[in-house]
Amino acid sequence: MKNRSIVSIADYSREKIQYLLDMATEFEAHPNRQLLKGKVVATLFFEPSTRTRLSFETAANRLGARVIGFTDPKVTSSSKGETLKDTIKMVSNYADVIVMRHKLEGAALYASEVTNVPIINAGDGSNLHPSQTMLDLYSIYKTQGTLENLNIYMVGDLKYGRTVHSLLMSMRKYNPTFHFIAPKELEMPEEYKLYCKQNNIHYIEQRDFTEDTIADADILYMTRVQRERFTDLMEYERVKDAYILKANMLGKCKENMKILHPLPRVNEIEYEVDDSKHAYYFDQAQNGLYAREALICDVLGITLEDIKNDKTIIG
Amino acid sequence: MKEHMMVAALENGSVIDHIPTDKLFTIVQLLDLEKFKEEVVIANNLESQVMNRKGLIKISGKFFSEAEISKLAVVCPNIRLTVIKDYKVAEKREVTLPEELTNIVKCANPVCITNNEPMKTVFYRMDKDTLKCRYCGKEQKLKDIKLK
Repeated sequence: MKNRSIVSIADYSREKIQYLLDMATEFEAHPNRQLLKGKVVATLFFEPSTRTRLSFETAANRLGARVIGFTDPKVTSSSKGETLKDTIKMVSNYADVIVMRHKLEGAALYASEVTNVPIINAGDGSNLHPSQTMLDLYSIYKTQGTLENLNIYMVGDLKYGRTVHSLLMSMRKYNPTFHFIAPKELEMPEEYKLYCKQNNIHYIEQRDFTEDTIADADILYMTRVQRERFTDLMEYERVKDAYILKANMLGKCKENMKILHPLPRVNEIEYEVDDSKHAYYFDQAQNGLYAREALICDVLGITLEDIKNDKTIIG
Repeated sequence: MKEHMMVAALENGSVIDHIPTDKLFTIVQLLDLEKFKEEVVIANNLESQVMNRKGLIKISGKFFSEAEISKLAVVCPNIRLTVIKDYKVAEKREVTLPEELTNIVKCANPVCITNNEPMKTVFYRMDKDTLKCRYCGKEQKLKDIKLK
């Protein structure tokens, strides 16, 4: 049997991405169903992540599945020295799909190799986080009506920001223009700039974050500039306020522009921005539910056609 | 031809030739030749038309497995391996880096799953001096590689 795990979506075709976006659209129209009645979804969070776990568990519950799992490895046998393989093998006896978050890079790929139960990678260290990417794509698609030819501005921590790296790679087939706005210490790593060059992705790097520099954006993707990322704290003090989005910077922006943020936010988006029609980060989090409903169904072999003809819709 | 006069011909075994002089003892260690009981000849700074100076190892009664050859290729790409059987050259090959290396190389990334689970590593050759970990995706230069 072909393992339908989702470890990465970086190599998904345009068709496959569109298929998942269409699925998410169906789930947005009718999020509550009994499509997964009788199924068991395991959420194994070897590393705590409240937001992602709640989103996956809500997705499973709203589709009628039951959820087992743990939220903290301290309470599991991992803390007694059990290997990841053994934990996955054990849970495979109980669950139809395993959603896992792990602090080690490559953990989800390895897990998918040791079991026939499909694995959904809910983040493996700083490596991959495909469900976040999927909800970002869905948010962009929904607000812009397309993924094609967009001006995407990425702001803040572009060095360690896993979400911006994943988004960058998954947008490569849609002819985007990227603007990287970051302090020197946190600029986009060389390997991703090389990736852009190899894939003919146009990008512009800039340091200034002002009303004028973001006027042309379709998507403004904000990330957190974290103090602990800086080796030079003087540098941190100098730049920490330079990458905060303020309400008065939105005067010249395009009508269709939307502000995304993977959350949690600290201070990088002023609270006044929340009232703007451009603020989209909370809706983005809600889109996570529909995107994750789509991913869970996809790994279980439930097709778009099945979802369109679904007779189990509630309410 | 000079080196062939310095040591007796092999009846059965392997000759590793074209070893860069600074890599000779790395290979001696890698092959654990200290503990090897049969005849071993280790030579260094021999004249070479191809590479000016070179190292060479002759090992009697030793035939390398593909895994051992892969290890040699990682430590020292482009060496030449000759297999001798009954005083004759049975096989001669340039040892090059394979496209995929299973359980040969250790990942340099401390938070890679392969360094934290009892499992095999897998690396892919990206170009002649770069490998990429199948699991964490990190690329590493051959000169910095550590063997498992």
